[in-house]
Amino acid sequence: MTGAALPRHGRAASVAPAAGLALLVLAFLWHISVGAKTIPLPVVARAILAYDPEIFDHLVVIDLRVPRAVSAVLVGAALSVAGALMQGVTRNPLAEPGLLGLLIGASFAVVLVVGVLDLAAPGLIPLVAAAGALAAAAVVWGIALAAPGGPAPLTLVLSGAAVSAFLGALVTIASLLDEETFDQLRVWMTGSLAGPDRAVTLWALPWLLGGLVVALGLARQMTALAMGDEVAAGLGLNVGRLKALALAAVVALTAASVAMAGPLGFVGLVVPHGVRLFAGQDYRLVLPWSAIAGAAYLLVVDVAARLVLAPVEISTGLVTALLGAPIFVWLVKRRL
Amino acid sequence: MTDHTAPASAPLPRPCRLSVRSVGAGYGSGSTARAVLQDVSLDIPDGALTILVGPNGCGKSTLLKTMARILPASSGAVLLDGRPIHATPSRNVARRLAILPQGPVAPEGLTVRELVGQGRFPHQTLLRQMSRDDRRAIDAAMAAADVAQFADSPVSRLSGGQRQRCWIAMVLAQETDIILLDEPTTFLDLKVQVDLLVLLRRIAHRDGRTLVVVLHELNLAAAFADLLVMMKDGRIVAQGAVDATFTPQTLQDVFGLRARVLRDPDSGRAICAPVIDVPQAMAAQ
Repeated sequence: MTGAALPRHGRAASVAPAAGLALLVLAFLWHISVGAKTIPLPVVARAILAYDPEIFDHLVVIDLRVPRAVSAVLVGAALSVAGALMQGVTRNPLAEPGLLGLLIGASFAVVLVVGVLDLAAPGLIPLVAAAGALAAAAVVWGIALAAPGGPAPLTLVLSGAAVSAFLGALVTIASLLDEETFDQLRVWMTGSLAGPDRAVTLWALPWLLGGLVVALGLARQMTALAMGDEVAAGLGLNVGRLKALALAAVVALTAASVAMAGPLGFVGLVVPHGVRLFAGQDYRLVLPWSAIAGAAYLLVVDVAARLVLAPVEISTGLVTALLGAPIFVWLVKRRL
Repeated sequence: MTDHTAPASAPLPRPCRLSVRSVGAGYGSGSTARAVLQDVSLDIPDGALTILVGPNGCGKSTLLKTMARILPASSGAVLLDGRPIHATPSRNVARRLAILPQGPVAPEGLTVRELVGQGRFPHQTLLRQMSRDDRRAIDAAMAAADVAQFADSPVSRLSGGQRQRCWIAMVLAQETDIILLDEPTTFLDLKVQVDLLVLLRRIAHRDGRTLVVVLHELNLAAAFADLLVMMKDGRIVAQGAVDATFTPQTLQDVFGLRARVLRDPDSGRAICAPVIDVPQAMAAQ
């Protein structure tokens, strides 16, 4: 919807949405072709376009690999858009679902409900994750607000780190109490796209798409908000309502991502900042590009997670953290 | 419906679209509430440059923000075209009245054209973005504020004065008849301050727009104001033409400043010169 209305800027970014999408498709196909057995790209393409259940490779592609690739696309887009929104609303370059505690809040809530209370209805999981993300966001914001100097960028990150450490410890305690249940959750807790639960994915989808639609609909107002609350209010924006909607979108996107893949840290930090390098500061470009670039980024990261120590597969969340942490340090040095 | 013909020297009162009626305002709520404005009434003359002065904390910024409906009024009303501004849809107000708050900061990397383009926000919708009209308004605003040559540079790379002109271009691009500016010249060199005020006066007198500016610099206020408003402790102490309001007595009352008011030999404009007590020992040298 927003794609058609993008302004014609002199920037290179607006020239190349098609190129971006083409790269995304390539990353998608590459992601599918890589695995225990490499399936050549032409076979992958044929499996998708002319599926033949008689051919074993086609079965592998459609039943096993496409769902994982689709998850990577959805989760990558969701976390990146959520991060871009958070950076815009808080005017904090370090804002991101992971660093500000939303991911661990959502994960903790899911662990509590699934692992401890033993309720595993797939429709419940995104809802529980959303409640956890919202609660964690409120606590992190509250701590930062009470700190001397108010919610400055690093104060927020510190507050997020404290809440994350605390909830992380609780998750560990819970997992020690009931090792059997937590064997299933352990991989999920490190952030993994392996074997996405189809029912959970279907239930998470409305949250994710709803969050994306709201986010893209807010793009124009987000750019105005970036000038400061008073300037935005002077331009006729309802600042309070905009922030509430942005928060709702962030929570929905985070909840859907956690339900599908567990906590994948730093994606929401790395991708929007990468996008701003070429798309500039206008959220009408930053948000759609974050969705595209985030999808491609997570596809590539997930390929790396499967290739680097092959045949052993490492958790996708470990790779996003390995790549994200140095970029976080670089951002702190450059922007703060 | 508006009278844009009023020259600078026309006698007050004039028609006015923006007026303040017994307004009280402040910050916080409940037990922490702090009243800043008390029973302020003011008519802003159309097509003129109104300047608000007063010591720090006197409530001039609060008055400006309340007039721009960014802050709520706790009592009284601000009327825009005869209707209470706080009850008017905000976007609707934003097509008639623009405000530039104090010390705005542009996001890093935002270009001048993008910044100025934000002024078009109230004229656009989700489906109707960046029309030919918008582009014309942006170009005209950049030309008027003399920033067209920086159009594609990031705002953060410009000097303080250039940056301030970009923000002024943004409110100009909003194409409103009424423009409120909160200390647009703070931290700028005197020459840059004068240039900016010349620009603002031109916008008022030549384009017939209504400007309300909060200023710190008294002599500049006296040199440029069509209507000078002096505030102290949340109240308006004096308002009127400069010759009537800019007197040793009001400077003493409002600022606690002992000053003489002199006349510029060429223009006849009022200038205040603080009376400075020289210690005996130094005077003897």
